[in-house]
Order: sequence, then C-alpha cells, then structure tokens
Amino acid sequence: MPTREPEQNVTTSPGLGPEHSPRSPLSIHDLTVAYDRKPVLWDVDLDVPAGELVTIVGPNGAGKSTLLKAALGLIPVASGTVRVFGKPMKSQRSLVAYVPQRESVDWDFPVTALDVVTMGRYGALGWCRPVRRRQKNEAMQALERVGLADMASRQISQLSGGQQQRVFLARALAQDAQLFLMDEPLASVDAATEQAIVDVLRSLRSEGRTVVVVHHDLQTVNDYFDSVILLNMRVVAHGPVETAFTPEALRQTYGGQLTILSEASERLARSSGVDHP
Amino acid sequence: MTWQIYDTWVVIVGALCAMACALPGAQLVLRRRSMMGDAISHAVLPGVAIAFLVTASSDPWVMIAGAVVIGILTTVLVDFVQRAGRTEVGASMGIVFTALFALGLVLIRLFADDVHIDPHVVIYGSIELSYLDQVDVFGWSIPRGAVVNGAALLINVILFLVFAKELKLTAFDESLAASMGFRPRLVQGVLMAMTAVTAVMAFETVGSILVVAMIVVPGASAWLMVDRYGPMLAWTMAFAVGAAVLGHLAALIVPGWFGFDGGMSTSGAMAVMSGVLFVAAWTLSPRHGLIARAWARRQLALRIAKEDILGLLYRFEEGTRQGDEPLSASDIREALSVSRSVAVGALRGVRGAGQVTVVSDRLQLTDDGRVAARALVRTHRLWERFLWERLGLRPDHLHGTADRLEHFTSPSMIEELAEHDEGEDPHGRPIPPAGE
Repeated sequence: MPTREPEQNVTTSPGLGPEHSPRSPLSIHDLTVAYDRKPVLWDVDLDVPAGELVTIVGPNGAGKSTLLKAALGLIPVASGTVRVFGKPMKSQRSLVAYVPQRESVDWDFPVTALDVVTMGRYGALGWCRPVRRRQKNEAMQALERVGLADMASRQISQLSGGQQQRVFLARALAQDAQLFLMDEPLASVDAATEQAIVDVLRSLRSEGRTVVVVHHDLQTVNDYFDSVILLNMRVVAHGPVETAFTPEALRQTYGGQLTILSEASERLARSSGVDHP
Repeated sequence: MTWQIYDTWVVIVGALCAMACALPGAQLVLRRRSMMGDAISHAVLPGVAIAFLVTASSDPWVMIAGAVVIGILTTVLVDFVQRAGRTEVGASMGIVFTALFALGLVLIRLFADDVHIDPHVVIYGSIELSYLDQVDVFGWSIPRGAVVNGAALLINVILFLVFAKELKLTAFDESLAASMGFRPRLVQGVLMAMTAVTAVMAFETVGSILVVAMIVVPGASAWLMVDRYGPMLAWTMAFAVGAAVLGHLAALIVPGWFGFDGGMSTSGAMAVMSGVLFVAAWTLSPRHGLIARAWARRQLALRIAKEDILGLLYRFEEGTRQGDEPLSASDIREALSVSRSVAVGALRGVRGAGQVTVVSDRLQLTDDGRVAARALVRTHRLWERFLWERLGLRPDHLHGTADRLEHFTSPSMIEELAEHDEGEDPHGRPIPPAGE
C-alpha cells in the first residue's frame, strides 16, 4: 500500500495559533462540547504525540466517544479548535481514518465484508467517482492484513462480533491514513481477536502512524499503549503511560465525580464573572 | 375478458410508476426510514395545492417544485416535532403528515374544487384513464402517464448511478461518511427530494395513498430475498414490475369471480399484489423465508437424530448400555424421543449412507458407521471430562449437557478438548481414540 507523507508546513500554517503544535497529528485546544447546555467536554487541551499508540480512558459518560466525534467535526462544538498536522480537519480528511463503535451501524445491511472494507477507499475517490477493481483489490489487501480474506464475500451479519470489529479495522487500514481514531475497537472481542487487533495497531505504529484508541480495560493500558489520556469531561492527566497513568490520576478520573463537577462549576463561575454560589 | 392495447398501456404505466417509486423506497427501507416515504407522499398534496393557489397555474413544473419544497419541509418538520414535542420519530411523522395531508384536502376543497385536482383522483389515482390522455413524443402518440412516470424513473436511475457509493455509504455508516467529507444530511435531503418528486409524478397514476405501497413494499420484499446491495435493488425492480402486472390482471379477473363486471381499481389491485408478493417473499425466500427456515430446522433435527442413532448402537456394542437384546428400529425410535417422522427419516438416512444395516430386524453398525459413531462418542466423553474437571458440573448433569454439545463441536475444538489425550470419562468409560 502506498503511504503518503502528511503535509507539515510549519512556517506557513494558516490559522495556526501558538497554542497548537504543528507537528502533532492531532492538536486540540480549548474544546468544549455541550448537549442541551450540559457540558460533556470541558476545556480540553491535547497534543497527541506522533507515531505512538495513544489511549483514551475514563468512566462511562466521560466524553471519550464525544472527543473523537468532536475532533472529526461530526458534532457541533461550543468552542475550541482542532488541528490535524497543523491544519484544520476539513483540509486533512484524507490523513484521518475513523473506526466508529461497532453498535453504531446496522449489521443486517445487505453488504459483504469486502463491500464494507471498500468503503474505506470512498474518501480517496471523492464525490461521484465509481468504485473500480483497483479499490476492491486494495480493500482485499486490508482484509488479508486482519486475517479475514476468506470471509470477504460473507454478508456482515454472518460474521462473529470479533470478525465484525476486524472488518471495521480493515476498513480503516484501507483508508491508508496517518492518524487513526478508533472508538472501542477492543470492546467485547475474544482474547485471540484482541491480540490480532493489537498486532495490527503495533504494525501501524512501526510504520510511523499515530493511533488513538478509546479503551475500557485499564489492565492492558500498560501493555498496549505508549501514551494515555485520562478523561472525565476534562483531561485529568495526559502523557506517557509510565508517568501519567498513576493511581492518583486514576482516582481523580474514576473516583471523584463530585470534585470534578465542583471544580468545573467553579471555573464556569470564574470565567463568566459570577460569584460561585 | 380480452386483452387490449389499452391493458398493455395500463401495465406499462403501472410498472414505470412502481419502479420509479421503489428505487428511492429501497433506500428508505435500508435506512429504516420507510415511514418517511409515507410522510412525504402524503405531504406532497398540500405542496401541490399551495403551489397551485400561489401561482394559479397547473404547470407540472410548478407542481413538482411545490412538492419538493414541502417534501424537504416535511423532513425538517418531523425532526423539529420530534425534538420540540418530545415524541418518538414515528409519532412525529404521524403528526406532521396527517396534518399536512388534511390541509391539502381542505385547500383543494375550498379553492380548487372545480379545477384540475379532484380529491377522488388524489386518493385513488386514475391509471385506468391514462390511455385516454396521450401526448406526442418524437412522432409517437403515447399516454402522458408513461412519459411522466418514465421521466421520474429515468431521473431516479441516473441519481442512483451518479451517487451510487454516496447513497450506499451514508445509508450504512453516517459517521464514517461524514468523517470522509461526504455529507450525509445533504445526501438524505437529495433522497427525500427524489421521493417527493417521484410521489408527485406518480400522483395522477396511483394516487397519494397507494403510492406508499409502491415506495415501501418492493424494497422490503427484496431485502427478504437477498442480502447483497446490488441484487437487492434488482429484486426491488422485479417486485415493482410484478406488482404492476399481477395487479392489473387481478383487477380484470377477480371481479368476475364474484359476478361483477370490472369496476375494480387497478392501482388498488397493484397495492394488494405488492402485499401478496411480500408474503410470497417472506414464505419462499431462500435464506430468511419461512419454508427455508423450517427446512433448515428439520435438517438439523435429522442430523442430530442420525448421530444419536450411531451413538446408541456404539454404546450397545461396547456394552455400556443396558439390555442384551440387540436394538430394533422401534427401540431406537423410543430411545430418541423425537417425532416419528424425524426418527423414520433419520433411520432411513443412516441406512442409506451405509452406516447401519438391518439383520433380521436388528440394527447393526457397519464399519463406516462404527468410525463415525466412535468419533461422536469420543466427543461426548471429552465434553463430559471437560465439564467435570474444568467446570465442576455435578456428575448427574454431565450427560445431558454433553449430549447437546456433541452435535455442535468443530474438529479444532475437539483437538483442544483432547489436550491431555485419551483416558476415561468421569463415569470410568474409555474415551475412544481419534479415528484412523
């Protein structure tokens, strides 16, 4: 598969404020997202390091999926900016691959595994250009890479949960991106599938690509990932796993819902100049 | 009853109309938004009425523009009512389209009663009269209905070809589509506009209520038949044409059965036939159909019964089963506790496969049968050992569980079960070695 170098024009990046690192595959500044005026993400600042396996962990409802969706521009944000290799997401879509949660699609949809993986090539094709043999071949290579070549012509509801997850992974591989954003790719898969997926993630890293994974299993964070983002509405801690993934940070992320809320409302009060009740 | 050129044109107009409607309908069905077709086809009526009142012209382009505007407005309103009214999407569709439809009827009654739009036609369509209204196309005189519905079909086919992958992707995975820069909302808007245009063009032919059957049913039937995208669209077209042909035939023939002379609505009969074809697909579909599923269940029951027969005979030969009389066919039937027809079928099966012979009314394993039976008993006892040693099941619970699992164990799983090979099962019976 041909790999493209990400555009990294440090000197003339339009609209790149000093707060964004131009080398970071994904740089998020001051991001706030609210549903019905209730904040889901609060003032998130992040620079994802290049060429690493990065995980986002946090309790249910911490805004992990929302962070990925907001970064991709799939949902409206209240404030904040997102830069991909120093430029707005809009102009960098071809460098980004997204793996949504498995439950987000209808697996009864009348398509084969190969059809789904071929969808990974649609972005490169652009509007109205038809799928040709070449795209199918590229999709087939991606399926081979996740070990599902012999399942190519199966309708997708006939695949096991782990196989469905690998089909989604193959579709992301077919996108041939530099930055991968994956929402729970290891959720409810068996041990063998988990290992197979992690192997693919590692091979992506060895090719210099950056992978951000929403993850739920704290036990495996140390084994699988280089960097960690501990998230609970705001970024509690962020950095290399060895330094950032501490018991204290975990306690703050998972244990102290109340403290975080009170902190947030304090900040809110301060920023709007209203006294805290 | 004689077939006339008139009948041919009714069928052609009906088929063109049904195909034009079914194409966007198939997409709505796949998006689980079938009701949207219903909503839009109803909402088109006030669109046409308002367009007529505002411009005082019955120019078809004005009507179509009115329908498109109101079609898009319906989608927006349904969204709005759902959020503002805190209702589920089905209820908000019900609120929006019934209100709009009623508004349309009222407007027509009030202001346009004496002009082109006739409520009767609005509801039932006038496919039977389409032959009378002919236009010149390149020197040919053909019914206007064929031209109008043919044009709708052509537009839809072109849009489906041009936006083939966009429609497919946004229907399957909106968020991936959006992350790639395809705009799911825009594509959905185009689809809704297509549906609205098609509905208004189909209006005169089949009316605004029966058009719902044309939009939704062929796609739903097709999805029962196949689970590939392209073939599903092909089946959709086939079901649409089938409904048109069978519908007109039914309209001609069925009244005769009850002593009437014609007078049955062709568009009504087409909608009924759509339903009949849906039931046929539901019954006969190769994978999801009633018959296919019943057949698959019977095949499974037969396989299990055949395997159980082999197991019984093996245990008898081995001497681990009580009784010294060799087993007869009726002993087997009793021991299997399955329906008589499955037992008879299974016995016939194992004899036909040369696994069991009958010697003076007594059943015996052949060499082939013994190999198969040994493998089965091996699987059974490996399971018993596993359940006993690893899961700690009580001894009296082992047999029943192993009895079910033995029929669904793949070779690779047998290998894993047999990791520390051979030996005895928890009841002290030998686990037969793997086959030669």
